[in-house]
Amino acid sequence: MMSNNLEFTPTIGIECHVQLNTQTKLFSGASNDARFAEPNTLVNHIDFGLPGALPVFNREALNLAIKAALALKTRPQLFSTFDRKHYFYPDLPMGYQITQYDQPIIIGGKVDFKLEGKNFTVRITRAHLEADAGKSMHPAGKDYSLVDLNRAGTPLLEIVSEPDMHSAKEAKAYAQELYLLMRYAGVTAGDLYHGNMRFDVNVSVSNNRHLGVRSETKNLNSFRSVEKAVNYEIKRQIDLIKSGKIVVQETRGWDEAKQKTLLQRRKENADDYRYMPDPDLPPLVIDDKYVNAIADNMPYSPDFWRAKLKKLHLSDDHIDVLINANIDFMHAKYLELIMEFDEQGLNATRLANWLVNIDIPLTKENKTKIGSNRNRLYKEVNDLNSKGTLSSTNLKQLITVCLSMVEPPKDIAVFAEKEGLIQSSDSTELNKIIEEVIRHNPKAVSDVRSGEQKAIGYLIGQVMQLSKGQANPELSKRIIEEKLK
Amino acid sequence: MKRRWGQWEPIESLAESVRSKRISATSLIERSLKEIKTYQEYNAVILTLENRALAHAKQIDKFVNEGKNPGKLAGVPFIAKDNFLLTDSETTAASNILKGFIAPYQATAISRLEAEGAICVAKANLDAFAHGASTENSDFFVTKNPYDKTRVPGGSSGGSAAAVALGMVPFALGTDTGGSIRQPAAFCAAFGLKPTYGLVSRNGVVAMGSSLDCIGPITTSAKDAAVVLDVISGQDTLDSTTVKSDPKGYSDISALNLGGVKIGLVKEYLNQGVNNEITVALNSTVEHIRSRGAEMKEISLPSIDLALACYYIICPAEVSSNLSRYDGVRYGYFNADVKDLDSGYIRSRGIGFGKEAKRRIMIGTFVLSSGYYDAYYKKAMTVRTKLIEEFKAAFEQVDYLIGPVTPSLPFKIGEKSANPLDMYLADVMTVGANLVGIPAVSIPIAFSKDNLPIGLQVMARQRDDRNLLALSMAIEELINERD
Repeated sequence: MMSNNLEFTPTIGIECHVQLNTQTKLFSGASNDARFAEPNTLVNHIDFGLPGALPVFNREALNLAIKAALALKTRPQLFSTFDRKHYFYPDLPMGYQITQYDQPIIIGGKVDFKLEGKNFTVRITRAHLEADAGKSMHPAGKDYSLVDLNRAGTPLLEIVSEPDMHSAKEAKAYAQELYLLMRYAGVTAGDLYHGNMRFDVNVSVSNNRHLGVRSETKNLNSFRSVEKAVNYEIKRQIDLIKSGKIVVQETRGWDEAKQKTLLQRRKENADDYRYMPDPDLPPLVIDDKYVNAIADNMPYSPDFWRAKLKKLHLSDDHIDVLINANIDFMHAKYLELIMEFDEQGLNATRLANWLVNIDIPLTKENKTKIGSNRNRLYKEVNDLNSKGTLSSTNLKQLITVCLSMVEPPKDIAVFAEKEGLIQSSDSTELNKIIEEVIRHNPKAVSDVRSGEQKAIGYLIGQVMQLSKGQANPELSKRIIEEKLK
Repeated sequence: MKRRWGQWEPIESLAESVRSKRISATSLIERSLKEIKTYQEYNAVILTLENRALAHAKQIDKFVNEGKNPGKLAGVPFIAKDNFLLTDSETTAASNILKGFIAPYQATAISRLEAEGAICVAKANLDAFAHGASTENSDFFVTKNPYDKTRVPGGSSGGSAAAVALGMVPFALGTDTGGSIRQPAAFCAAFGLKPTYGLVSRNGVVAMGSSLDCIGPITTSAKDAAVVLDVISGQDTLDSTTVKSDPKGYSDISALNLGGVKIGLVKEYLNQGVNNEITVALNSTVEHIRSRGAEMKEISLPSIDLALACYYIICPAEVSSNLSRYDGVRYGYFNADVKDLDSGYIRSRGIGFGKEAKRRIMIGTFVLSSGYYDAYYKKAMTVRTKLIEEFKAAFEQVDYLIGPVTPSLPFKIGEKSANPLDMYLADVMTVGANLVGIPAVSIPIAFSKDNLPIGLQVMARQRDDRNLLALSMAIEELINERD
């Protein structure tokens, strides 16, 4: 009955919590990297909510918020303030969360993205700085809960979109593009697995001009779950309406195992967070000069790179692969490498194809070790290739072997030759010599054929003699073995 | 001003005596501990830190003997209000919910004093969480007024003021959110300084109303207050609201020449039903100041009548927020005899907090709740801005504002505790300086016919603490001449 669903227009807005890539927490000197720390070891006075402890704002977070504003194609607010949001929970040590309610650091902005060849724009309502809460754990079957305050005070930027999306695919594409924007700007480490970016999706459906009642599905930590949760909600809400029921405003969660959203709590009695200005923190005041200094040092955006790659006549699919691989494997510096080739008049398109077809798949499989030495490798491969001495199969073989080494070979031509990957006139010469040796040494040949390994050594010796020491013994061995198989 | 109890030498001379080996730090501490014991019945002190203080004194004496500099306040004993955290010591804020809480760090003010050789000998009583004007709201016991044991010493820094009046220490630290240093200083014939907001770090002091809280000394003279302020003031990276101290410092002040000094008498304060003996003492002091060449004139602060109402919205709002952290989960009192989290919160906070804390939490929660925020909190913030403008306008005409500290003389224990509104009125003349963030002092100027202390309040422009103290010295000289 899909056709009936077309009467309904879904409307989707997304709130995204971006964990800022700072050394220390938003208001304390404790480390912000809780990934591998023992519980409750990254906790300062304020993170523990001790009496008399005061928050001290981390300016690094401000600089990252400014970068986020620029990435969202807007300017940050020059005056913003902090507020307290009150509620009681054991993982909220002060009994309030420090956030920006009244005057956030970012108002406005947008995210542009392409989906199935069409351009989309999602407007940003606002984005505000806030401190994360700690983590609560409720061990199954136990009569206690555990609290880990390592995450308490982690700096977050909550980016709130306008309800500008109308399908699960758009929601997913928005989430992906937002992720790229924040990663490219260096705002977040973007480790989705560790919750560096979490999405809350607000979904409603309507078959008339008015917006329907929305549900909020919280804490989605993958693009796939964004898409699935939105799809699930659209269907659930349409089914409700069709069966004569009503949609209730509520908070839901995504159950990955059951592949469905589940009710967490109803919002009929809206929580009263008793917001008030935080008297411990003076307003954040910056000027245009300050913002400009950061703008001048902004890393290139995904769109900048897309345009660059487009000029190299790469396909949209290849561009996507490169754009994603560039942040998934930052140390590889794929895009910088391509740009460098281009600037030096080298064949950057060919390089891009090597990267997409050989390097990136191998790196994904964890089969590359070369790291920052890629630069030299590809330049030498490029040189060698320009001389036209490598078949495409051998080229792929050469790159594959070299990528698995930490240090690329000193002289790639010699290496390629040793590896028997060079189709040179020399190798035809070598073939002739070997054929001659085989013809003149039938005894040794039959010994080799009957498994006498020592005889190969004799034949190689003959080849060396005949070539006056010019032949590559390794290569000779391989060719002899090939011929006597 | 005649005081009843054995007095200490000025703080600078005490420290100098220690540095020059005329007297040992240990003997100063022993004297202080002895005085604390002698006047135990006044309940000024919650906790005596005998071992810690003596160990510290020994170290200072060792320093002196080794020819090292033991600091500007070498060996000088002091008492801190029990809302200052002191490393490895119990800090209760006179509340049951924090009883037994051992502080893992300490207040910046304490660290700065200790770095200059001052020694903390005890923690003083207060109204729990500094909520009150009499110490009757202490969850432990009431402090008695040194001049009349049946009366209150004022509050919330009542223990600190009484301790100084009783000669237990040359100075004590207090906190002033709406008058909590000045009012008890006035009730105990001590000198009390509420510095400019932000001049002394709030780090490590149990918060009451964070936009109002000020830390300051209670002493027996303006000069001693200046010496202490010199050490504790200045920016602190751990408190983002702190400001730089006066580049000239404070300790070298001398009495201000009163000739040509412009002083305003706050008109509205004189019509607040002030006790007649206080009015008489104030008028006589004003005349005395005028006779030395100061220009005295009446100044009107039209919105000051709203200050108390404004204060009792903003302050409880911040109190309700600041007290949220006391949930018993990480430290402090927790009642485990419950089935779920919510009843754990309700039981622990219900039993752990006293009546006044609960009253302020309820008022604060109410004025911040949605639907009431605009009518109360936001309106109060508007009044606060108006007050700031009016004080600013006043300080364009005069350099100082003068008036009573309190409308009444020290009241009887129990006299006002049944009526919280009556108690709140004790702050009516002091809350203005907190809302506006300006420095203010309480100077003892006279005794009533029943020998109860009377104080004079002087306020100055923001960051003008140095001149305010110099003027206070001049007024003290006049009072001493008179006596």
